[in-house]
Amino acid sequence: MSDALIELGEMIASNRSDEVDGHGVANGELTVFTTGSGLHALVQYLQENPACAFTTLIDITAVDFPQRETRFEVVYHFLSMRQNHRVRVKLSCGEDDVIPSINDIHPSANWFEREVFDMYGILFSGHPDLRRILTDYGFRGYPLRKDFPTTGYTEVRYDETAKRVVYEPVSLVQEYRTFDFMSPWEGADYILPGDEKQGTS
Amino acid sequence: MDGSKADPLTGEQRIRNFNINFGPQHPAAHGVLRMVLELDGEIVDRVDPHIGLLHRGTEKLMESRTYLQNLPYFDRLDYVAPMNQEHAWCLAIEKLVGAEVPYRGQLIRVLFCEIGRILNHLLNVTTQAMDVGALTPPLWGFEEREKLMVFYERACGARLHAAYFRPGGVHQDLPDELLEDIADWCDPFLQVCDDLEELLTENRIFKQRNVDIAVITVEEAQAYGFSGVMVRGSGWAWDLRRAQPYECYNEMEFQIPVGKNGDCYDRYLCRMDEMRESVKIMKQCLERLANCKGAPVITTDGKMAPPRRGEMKSSMEALIHHFKLYTEGFRVPEGEVYAAVEAPKGEFGVYLVSDGSNKPYKCKIRAPGYPHLAAMDHICRGHQLADVSAILGSLDIVFGEIDR
Repeated sequence: MSDALIELGEMIASNRSDEVDGHGVANGELTVFTTGSGLHALVQYLQENPACAFTTLIDITAVDFPQRETRFEVVYHFLSMRQNHRVRVKLSCGEDDVIPSINDIHPSANWFEREVFDMYGILFSGHPDLRRILTDYGFRGYPLRKDFPTTGYTEVRYDETAKRVVYEPVSLVQEYRTFDFMSPWEGADYILPGDEKQGTS
Repeated sequence: MDGSKADPLTGEQRIRNFNINFGPQHPAAHGVLRMVLELDGEIVDRVDPHIGLLHRGTEKLMESRTYLQNLPYFDRLDYVAPMNQEHAWCLAIEKLVGAEVPYRGQLIRVLFCEIGRILNHLLNVTTQAMDVGALTPPLWGFEEREKLMVFYERACGARLHAAYFRPGGVHQDLPDELLEDIADWCDPFLQVCDDLEELLTENRIFKQRNVDIAVITVEEAQAYGFSGVMVRGSGWAWDLRRAQPYECYNEMEFQIPVGKNGDCYDRYLCRMDEMRESVKIMKQCLERLANCKGAPVITTDGKMAPPRRGEMKSSMEALIHHFKLYTEGFRVPEGEVYAAVEAPKGEFGVYLVSDGSNKPYKCKIRAPGYPHLAAMDHICRGHQLADVSAILGSLDIVFGEIDR
């Protein structure tokens, strides 16, 4: 399985050297790196080449790495039911970058791209209807970014006097509890209470 | 506007399309779905589903919890077949950690996945029948579902939110009486399937409402990212249990039912047959389970699975493992992985990115219903308004997994 994937990766990389920016097999899965400008042509190739035949788009998502220069990684998963293999296509993208939509190749990309836009604020050019999808009407912010708090910024309740649902800033009756269960002996990057003097002497 | 502005040359009235709101509290919407339908008379011109009314931010919540604490969130996705979702999560972790599931654990997983499949199909087939006007099937189907939920309860203590599959195996071994009772349930259930089919398969009204409705070709199914019954109904025998086998599915004998026309009726027939195939798999599991009584059901690696209770009374190491696992949790090596299972609704996948800590850095849940519902606009165009609920039923939509 893994040998075939390595071969497939090499084939894609050599045939599409302009668009492919490296590839690798890890955990028995093939990953192909590309760039924003090469994505559309690569996806088209992956769909049309009979040895690849990635005709089903499984998923589009993004990962946020705030410490990186280009903070997002957009991840596409494709499946070929004919060849019975999968591929993951990745590209990195900054906050202001626009990624070409692949909606014209895979109609199923429509909602997946809307979700990525909704959750991360990544823009897709050429998308027919880039609206928010999962969050509330009139929602602001991008929830799955690492700098978005888990509690959010607004909360809703039904107001008896106004006779409607009102939006209010979040007020927590007790502090939001984030438990740190990392072992203090390995992995924790803070000083334990009582250990303050340890490094200084 | 409607009849008010006639064309001065021809005298024809200009008619505007009619927009209606389907849901969010429509009984045939199978949850909270708001659909804006544009109608030309009774013909659907455009469908715009508004989802997210059940959005709970599961993926965000998961980033601040340990791997084990995240497991119960998966029960709450597709709450019709909870254990199948947990399965994908466990597989993703096991793939990244490289853990082996003991054979008995695999058998129990497969057994309960198939129970989940029957749970799901029973609900879907019968409520879809209710959407098109039959009242008896849900009553009969839910009786069997109730029995299956009792099996769930006897295995893990909960009827719905099981949290039974754990990374490395399953939480606890099954008592012998439960296995006997499941074995006793199998054959009478086939009779119930026949009864249900007698109600529906040749029913004139049911056929009128389903045959040739929402025909999907194999090409369309791939372009729109369909999986599961939505592909099989169109005639492509695609099943992850067979194509990319996980656990011990490769030693199970079962058929993959496929449809011919790709319409709602074929998908109904596929689901009915799949339930029978599931019973077949369950019987094989029970047979094999009888041969390996007392074998471990969860990996014995103390760094991943908690020790048995009795062991903790005497072994200091076991006690430490228990404490560490339930406070800090286990760590998963850095990397990314995609694991998919053939959930009853289609391919349910988990894309997991780990940074080497005890919490997932990112987890994306790929719900099979999401692309199915996204194709609603494409499928419904040109159909009658009354077909919308029949189509929605046959897509097998559950909002827990779509909205996440």
